[in-house]
Amino acid sequence: MATDATVRRWRRNPSLLSGAVILGLLLVVALVAPLLLSGSAETLTDDARLGPGAEHLLGTDAFGRDVLARALVATRLTLLMAAAATAASFVVGVAIGALVHLAPGWLRETCLRLIDSAVAFPSLVLALVIAAVLGPGTVSAIVAIAVAGVPGFARLTANLAATVADKDYVLTARLLGVPGLRILGRHVLPNISGPLLVLLSSSFTLSLLDISSLSFVGLGVQNPQYDWGRLLNEALPSIFAQPSVVLAPSIMLIVTGVGAMLLGDGVASLVDPRTRGTAPAPAKTADAAGLAAPAQDGAAQAPLASGGAGAAAGTEQDGLLTVAGLTVRAGDRTLVDDVSFTIGPGQIVGLVGESGSGKSTIAMAVAGLLPEGVRANASRLALGDLDLLGTPPERRLATEIGIVYQDPIGTFNPALRLGTQLTEVARVHLGTPRRQAAQDMVRSLADIHVTEPDRRLRQHPHELSGGMLQRASIASAMTTNPRLLIADEPTTALDVTVQAEVLRQFRRINREHGTAMLFISHDIGVVGVLCDTVLVLHGGRVVDRTTGGDLRRGTVTHPYTRALLAATPAAVEAGGTLSAVRWTADAHAAQPSGAPSDDLSDKAADRPPAAEGSR
Amino acid sequence: MSAGSAVPAGPLPTAPVRRVPRLRLRGGWAGFAVRRAGGLLMSMLLLVLVTFLIVPLLPGDPARAIAGTNSSPATLAAIRERLGLDEPLATRFVHYLGDIASGRLGTSFRFDTPVADIVATRLPYTVQLVIPAVLLSLVIAVPLGMAVGVLTRDGRRRRLGVGFGTVAGLLASAPVYVVATLLIVLFSISLGLLPSGGATTPSALVLPIAALCIGPAFAIARVVRQETASVLAQDYMRTARGHRLGSVRLHLRHALPNLVTSVLTLSGLVLTSLLGGTIILENVFTYPGLGTEVVQAIIYKDYPVIQGIILVVGMLALLVNLLVDVVLGIVDPRTLEGGRRGH
Repeated sequence: MATDATVRRWRRNPSLLSGAVILGLLLVVALVAPLLLSGSAETLTDDARLGPGAEHLLGTDAFGRDVLARALVATRLTLLMAAAATAASFVVGVAIGALVHLAPGWLRETCLRLIDSAVAFPSLVLALVIAAVLGPGTVSAIVAIAVAGVPGFARLTANLAATVADKDYVLTARLLGVPGLRILGRHVLPNISGPLLVLLSSSFTLSLLDISSLSFVGLGVQNPQYDWGRLLNEALPSIFAQPSVVLAPSIMLIVTGVGAMLLGDGVASLVDPRTRGTAPAPAKTADAAGLAAPAQDGAAQAPLASGGAGAAAGTEQDGLLTVAGLTVRAGDRTLVDDVSFTIGPGQIVGLVGESGSGKSTIAMAVAGLLPEGVRANASRLALGDLDLLGTPPERRLATEIGIVYQDPIGTFNPALRLGTQLTEVARVHLGTPRRQAAQDMVRSLADIHVTEPDRRLRQHPHELSGGMLQRASIASAMTTNPRLLIADEPTTALDVTVQAEVLRQFRRINREHGTAMLFISHDIGVVGVLCDTVLVLHGGRVVDRTTGGDLRRGTVTHPYTRALLAATPAAVEAGGTLSAVRWTADAHAAQPSGAPSDDLSDKAADRPPAAEGSR
Repeated sequence: MSAGSAVPAGPLPTAPVRRVPRLRLRGGWAGFAVRRAGGLLMSMLLLVLVTFLIVPLLPGDPARAIAGTNSSPATLAAIRERLGLDEPLATRFVHYLGDIASGRLGTSFRFDTPVADIVATRLPYTVQLVIPAVLLSLVIAVPLGMAVGVLTRDGRRRRLGVGFGTVAGLLASAPVYVVATLLIVLFSISLGLLPSGGATTPSALVLPIAALCIGPAFAIARVVRQETASVLAQDYMRTARGHRLGSVRLHLRHALPNLVTSVLTLSGLVLTSLLGGTIILENVFTYPGLGTEVVQAIIYKDYPVIQGIILVVGMLALLVNLLVDVVLGIVDPRTLEGGRRGH
């Protein structure tokens, strides 16, 4: 299984493969060339300074030696020197970086500072110092480049070890009395090997190119030995007479550089978990799980009740927002299947359901913000006279639909001041002058109980709390007095006391401005408090339509809705027992629609929350 | 998250004492200045120490290493006297520090002229290569990387992505002296357009600067492209799309500022290594800068010159780093609070 996975990984990683092939070929050249080509590379002949030809592909040098053969033979020395230097920097650097953590506090701090300072200099500066001490020569070049590479390894190791050292398993080992060196060897180093490997591969190239550069300027390999740098050095004086001589060593150096870079990229993507998965994440925005625990005994099991798709109870004929037959697909997966509802003026409609039920996808489909590769179809999707299916004018979209997202911190651009972001729609789409827009925003922020509103506008998002940001984003969404406000889990990322305040603001806006709202939440309690009409979603379909009033009173009939209601802590405190939700959409399973209708336990097993809620 | 409720009100005698957070200065820049000044001082001290150690570390008798094996006792004594080799190491270091602080870098063995003069004549040549190369690499890298990043987002235009990756990878990994050599072959020898050495005319600067900035430009462009892709996938970019902005405003106003931090952080590294590249590159063009001089000094064992030039090049590197941090602090105030943001 492990080998299978390895093979697949290599196949999916063309840069790793091609890099390994290039370097493998170089290795073969390094082994074989000195055995076969030493004669033509080193024997002095009378055929001096020949141009490229059949007998000597790239010509001969001033002493009649074959230029190509010399470049190939030089591969061995060049690779050996680079390998020696890299190995030395790796061993010394990793030892320093790891052992620093065993030192007493003041010494550790000093060493870390020293390492940091050393990294600030170009590696060549340190290399020149060593070259100055040891004088020009092969060994001196190797030592110089090895020493120059030490700080890089030491710093990476020290930084990585510091992050791992705080992990629970290391603390546990420490508490168990495992000696420091053993902790380093068994627990710390294996867990940081990935990034070190990446650095190792890039460091090898750098060493190779740096040693060659020393040879090139005459500080490295000396006559009669030769590496690529030395060959280039010898070619340079006669470059006008015989430019082709520089080609062979140049090509070798470039090919090696490219090979190592490809290998480095490949190793990096192998090590980096972010690039491992290739499945595009759909419009999910990390619904907080925990509403519905996986199946257990005594859970409600019932077929789908009456409230299926199509226009049913709870929808109004003269809707502001009309959604009819909305289906959203990502590739061959159906995220939302034939959902219809309308929102009347001033009405608040709630979409409730667990993670993956498609509620956020519906919101983003209405807002026209579905990610790349996710397609929405509907028989009708319109906001009043604005057809949302076509290409509605950007200006009307921006001003008539306000959106409040789930995670207030991720929603704001960290690099821009709040004022810029909050007033952007007004400035860009309504042409409001900057000063005017700012004044309006200060007033809106004050309305929504944001303290010191004029200072907030000059601040960056990271300077505000999540609750403050969420209120600011509500104020921002309301600047253009939109006809529809879409709130996608606006309270999920906030703590409970802040949640209540934010909900109060939604109600105030609805009361004062008569704004229609599409309110998405996994929290059936929140939805019940706020919404007129509530659609319960499961597996991309509407399974129940009810009202906020019924939810509040607990007079709901559908078993899934009842189960959701029973699973909220509030209901438990009221004196019930906490029951886990298990509900199988048998009715859906019977239809050959391709809609995701797996039962809850399957879903939990198939898609762990981490894989699902990333971003 | 916090387990506060489980902890009894009074501190237990055995409970670990939570360390009081270090002094935090109000106002990002003040804290930044204090922290950065400390680091700078440390780096400078390290630099001075390392250059100082060149002479004491010389294998065998430093005086003999300097004068050569066949030198007379009188010469050796003179050298010892001149470099103060008979004094204890600590005393010599203090003298060395004092000399540097007052701008005395010693006297060249070879030319018998003050090292400070040599540095002063050579430095401008190096600077007039480095600064244009730095600016040019950024000017090429950022628009190019961003354009490719935007065009290839979400796996679009796969062929462009692969093509750019290959070409940029090739150019980014080619060593500067090879690029320089090939540029000479192409533009000086084959086409006869540009001079291949010296620094007498402005046209003599074209090839060295081009050779210097090609590698860094494409190395940075690769990162810009990658960062662009990751920034475009962020939630705040969805918010910006929700504001229904035009493509220019969306990318320049909302995406670009978020690239700057990571791009600059990387550029700091690339640009200091560009400084190292200059040293090698100058030798290709027999360019009268610090790089050509320091290599000659190493070959002829002119230690005061080596020390002086390495000090100056090291200081330039520190300056580049400081500059990057200051610019980072201006464009992204969050970086003032800690070290640079890693990615």
